[in-house]
Amino acid sequence: MIPFTICEGPAAPLLQENIDTDMIIRIERISKLSRGELGPWAFEMWRYTESGALNPDFVLNREPFRQAPILIAGANFGCGSSREMAVWALEEIGVRCIIAPGFGDIFFSNCLQNGLLPVILDEVQVQQLAAQAQGGRHLRVDLEAMRVSCVGLQQVPFNLAQGARQALLEGLDEIGQTLKYDAQIDAFQVKDRIARPWVYGEAGPSIIS
Amino acid sequence: MASTMLDKIWDAHVIASLPGEVSLLHVDRHLMHELTGVEALRRVAGRQLPVRDPGLTFATLDHVTSTKPLARDGDEPWSTRMIQAMRAESKVHRIPLFDVDDGRKGIVHVIGPELGLTLPGLTVVCGDSHTCTHGAFGALAWGIGSSEVAHVLATQTIQQRKPKSMRVNFLGAVQEGITAKDMILHLIGKLGTAAGTGFAIEYAGPAIRALDMEARMTLCNLSIELGARQGMIAPDDVTFRYIEGREFAPQGAMLDRAIEAWRSLASDDEASFDQEVDIDSAAIRPTVTWGTSPEHVAEIDAVVPDPDRDCDPAARAAWRRALTYMRLEPGQPISTIPIDRVFIGSCTNSRLSDLREAANVLQGRHIAAGRVGWVVPGSLQVKHEAEREGLDKVFVLAGFEWREPGCSMCVGANGDMVAPGQRCVSTSNRNFIGRQGPGALTHLASPAIAAASAVAGHLAAPHMLPERGL
Repeated sequence: MIPFTICEGPAAPLLQENIDTDMIIRIERISKLSRGELGPWAFEMWRYTESGALNPDFVLNREPFRQAPILIAGANFGCGSSREMAVWALEEIGVRCIIAPGFGDIFFSNCLQNGLLPVILDEVQVQQLAAQAQGGRHLRVDLEAMRVSCVGLQQVPFNLAQGARQALLEGLDEIGQTLKYDAQIDAFQVKDRIARPWVYGEAGPSIIS
Repeated sequence: MASTMLDKIWDAHVIASLPGEVSLLHVDRHLMHELTGVEALRRVAGRQLPVRDPGLTFATLDHVTSTKPLARDGDEPWSTRMIQAMRAESKVHRIPLFDVDDGRKGIVHVIGPELGLTLPGLTVVCGDSHTCTHGAFGALAWGIGSSEVAHVLATQTIQQRKPKSMRVNFLGAVQEGITAKDMILHLIGKLGTAAGTGFAIEYAGPAIRALDMEARMTLCNLSIELGARQGMIAPDDVTFRYIEGREFAPQGAMLDRAIEAWRSLASDDEASFDQEVDIDSAAIRPTVTWGTSPEHVAEIDAVVPDPDRDCDPAARAAWRRALTYMRLEPGQPISTIPIDRVFIGSCTNSRLSDLREAANVLQGRHIAAGRVGWVVPGSLQVKHEAEREGLDKVFVLAGFEWREPGCSMCVGANGDMVAPGQRCVSTSNRNFIGRQGPGALTHLASPAIAAASAVAGHLAAPHMLPERGL
């Protein structure tokens, strides 16, 4: 995972509420393509016209937002399906940070797993940042300081759980962290097999055929 | 101190407390399917790690499998390759895979309960957002992303921050003919799709106690459409009776011992929740969606709402966009909206009782001219039981196609899609723009309403149909 410290650049406003993960990446792209091939299909229902041409009205098709590393979104961004490919698709078009009044829980967690920073701010702050970004002003998101800044606006502080923040800053891998607890996992299972033997298929049919 | 069911299950699974209020939780059941399974298994293998507990991991094939009669693989080379890869990877890692030949293939959220893998008090995860379905048993069950799937494979644990608790009390009793689908759509309409974000929801109250297990699964299934990753119902005798005798469930003395433990899972009387919501069950009417979010609901005998009059000003723009996409006008009676096709299936409503509910409406009736109806049972076991009862014949005589199990037209991953501009009444869970196919128009509804709509040719509840011919 690439560590996240500071992200600076144009921020594309995409302020509709409830943008779901089906809208971010369609199911047939997930099923037929691999990671690394999803970028061209991010937001495809908005990005392209019916003939397949780029839709000039869609914000990510306009300068200076084509490669914007920041999205400013409406409430409940990434609701719906658990597909992590929604995060991968955004990552592949260069997005590193999403600012919104709220996120779907699974999407939020998928962002953290991939080094994307989801920033939750209140509705008014999001609107103010979007108004600045709309004109092409760059935003600067500093995870160390937990601040979003933009010329002409007061710095906006944000929160992120300490563990998640540290993992993003260091680009830590969760599997690597958890493997250090292997002995505790073993100990838990030994005790749990006695307390709840039915969980492990004991005195039932053999679970592994 | 008084505890909620969430507290009790959570506490029983904490292996370690990590920095930043994160707990390392034991995963009791990891359910897998081919769409995210193959990649995750290869990712773990690529790191030279074994699957830690293949005996607590169970796989099936559902997302990209063909639903054509007698199909065994995919409809296209890419999907067949994915299915074969899942079979091969499962074998390598010694993960039990429920497949066509053993007669246990089906939608992951249908077969978990059906095989007795889903039990009260367990933690259940799966790389699919509708894993909340399993909460119907008093399990803590939630959908996870691909990275977390790999994490669970490698460690049999998951790092989680504890959600807040919400209790939704369905007070009183529902009127006759009101289904669990109506109850949950009504609730989503009242609270909105983000109300449950950050929460695990416990459904309680007399109207919940009155539901059978399959109805409870339908209800919990749509928790994620409220924004909540987990939805749960305290286990009771209805739950225990359902579990008894299922293939992987504990039996005999072990079952008695388990039931004794499960009885203590319910939230204590004095337990307090971060949020509580009361619903008047008697006020719930047959409900469908009119828009492009599960919160866009209307009663079947109402009219299409008017964004200028019927909603919060903040939602106006979204409602207008939804009406435009759905090609609907405010004021149009819901029960006059003409439809093109009907899909009965998905992890929400593809179980035996759902098929009975639809067949009951279709008995002695026929789908309206020019409409297409599909029934996609949730599993091979559901399919075979339905055939034993003769339900397949009712569907076929009514003009429906009787297909093989899978996720099918709920999400279209296998290529089963609604054509652009076509309007589909679907017993599934999401009416998002393009969910059932690019340009597809979806109305979510119960199996009874889906069946009645097929007969009427427009949205309809069973009581709106003319008497059956003899």
